[in-house]
Amino acid sequence: MSHYIHDEKVKELEAKANEIRQSLIEELVEAKSGHTAGPLGMADIFTALYFHILNHDPKNPDWPDRDRLILSNGHICPIRYAAMAHAGYFPIEELKTLRKFGTRLQGHPEREKLPGVETTSGPLGSGLGQAAGIAYGARMDLSAGRQAAPKFRVYCAMSDAEHQAGNLWESAMFAGNNKLNNLTGIIDRNNIQINGMTENVMPLEPLKAKYEAFNWHVLEVDGHNIEEFIDAVEEAKAIYEKPTVIIAHTIPGKGIPEIEFDFNWHGKPPKPEEGVKFLNELRTLGGKIKSEHE
Amino acid sequence: MNKAAFLIEDLLKPEKVPTRDGYGKGLVELGEKDDRVVVLCADLAESTRSHWFKEKFPERYIELGVAEQNMATIAAGLANYGKIPFISSYAVFSPGRNNEQIRTTVALNNMPVKIAGAHAGISVGPDGATHQALEDIALMRVQPNMTVIVPCDAIETRKATIASVDCCSGPVYLRFGREKSPVFTTEKTPFEIGKAIVLREGKDLTIVGCGALLYNALLAAEELSKEGIEAAVINSHTIKPLDVATILNSVKKTKAVVTVEEHQVAGGLGSAIAEALSQHFPAPQEFIGVHDRFGESGEPDELIEAFGMGVKDIKAAVLRVIKRKS
Repeated sequence: MSHYIHDEKVKELEAKANEIRQSLIEELVEAKSGHTAGPLGMADIFTALYFHILNHDPKNPDWPDRDRLILSNGHICPIRYAAMAHAGYFPIEELKTLRKFGTRLQGHPEREKLPGVETTSGPLGSGLGQAAGIAYGARMDLSAGRQAAPKFRVYCAMSDAEHQAGNLWESAMFAGNNKLNNLTGIIDRNNIQINGMTENVMPLEPLKAKYEAFNWHVLEVDGHNIEEFIDAVEEAKAIYEKPTVIIAHTIPGKGIPEIEFDFNWHGKPPKPEEGVKFLNELRTLGGKIKSEHE
Repeated sequence: MNKAAFLIEDLLKPEKVPTRDGYGKGLVELGEKDDRVVVLCADLAESTRSHWFKEKFPERYIELGVAEQNMATIAAGLANYGKIPFISSYAVFSPGRNNEQIRTTVALNNMPVKIAGAHAGISVGPDGATHQALEDIALMRVQPNMTVIVPCDAIETRKATIASVDCCSGPVYLRFGREKSPVFTTEKTPFEIGKAIVLREGKDLTIVGCGALLYNALLAAEELSKEGIEAAVINSHTIKPLDVATILNSVKKTKAVVTVEEHQVAGGLGSAIAEALSQHFPAPQEFIGVHDRFGESGEPDELIEAFGMGVKDIKAAVLRVIKRKS
């Protein structure tokens, strides 16, 4: 049992995650391109972030004391957009503009297009450095004892495969060396990448030992267990000497049984008829309950 | 000479100081007046002169180690938070090695990160081709949101470093050399980012240059004057945004141009001028610079001669371009 969240709240968040997954499928069907597996796999974590963890204000996205959520693997932005829309940053209807000309919801997220998106991202490996830069800057002001010194935390969501990029480890070394305890990394350990399974393409393991060797505190959780994830985020706040990284083991495509674990769904959207089927599965929780639409 | 440029009195007796010294001085001045300014360095504190800032403001100096890609992303994060970061390294590494990080996290994000590329040009000398950046202007000038400045001496470098904070809400690239080079401008010489300076008036052709090589251009113009050829010389320290008006104003009178830069002729100042003139006032142009080859080890002066950027080479280019005037 969690010290940090009640069972009822967990159930509420799980229901919200399901709604967000439905919006995600609708968003991707309409866009006709984009990534499906990663965003579905991160739906529970983004729901927990936007509806429980982050100290934020959707009506005031530039609020200086907001927690910063840096999304490093920009290609999973459809889940961030869906969570942001449900949290009230913009109308849910706008999700249908994803990847279309003139949209604020670019194929890879852009800071200058959509308020609430902290950094432009897509090219992998560069989010952690920016997150560490923000964390370092905030700590400089705290150390200098400025009256307006901020007290926010910085979260950086990363993919597992982007840990094949060298510059990410330069940033990990910097954050560990500087003991950036206001920074929490979140790794979507879903084991897939475009060319196949990560351990076949270029192995990442032992990932935990690698981060420990870079002077990070490392936690591993089931990325679909919202309670476990929230507990890990709370534990990270109590670690003083090190930044913390949470390795969240997730199932790519989570929520749609027939595409779970299939790397072929990394970079394509559902076709309209697949969309109808997937939405029905989400509404009936994979046939466990009867849908009102049946 | 154009009196309004306030150059030194005796052009043949300049003091010699490396342009990077102006960067170091400018940083210290900025540090004193603006506490948002932070300086990042990738294991080259002394070479880039960022150690002067480090000594004065150790809490605002951030060491990265040999990690230029990370230096760009950390700086983007610091700027995102509200700091004004200067990132210091050799130009081959920054903006060379970290070009994509600069593109995505600095330029596309439109962050006020100031990129200081030291040891640019062939005059780096004995270190050889690996350390002689000859393509950095091209790399930076093609990025939207980016301002590109190549100061001509230590005094102008100091002014450019300081001006880079207030000039632009976005990123700025500043390029320096390694060698001691003639200081031929003075504190009174005007400097405004985006505003080229007419150093010398002339009716027969226009020389447009940037960086320390401008000194050679001035010497060439003086010698040519004795031979009856009057060359205008323009200091185009800002390559982006290019001061097209000042350059056009001169070329419309002279109808010929020679560009002078310590950089590949592809993609640098000469290319920028050619792009502007071909649209507004096509004129014969000769390019002084490096012609599609890498540098090599040698003494700086020796290399400048060997690669065709000496005073005599500029004079020869002037004679060629005048012949091409119709």
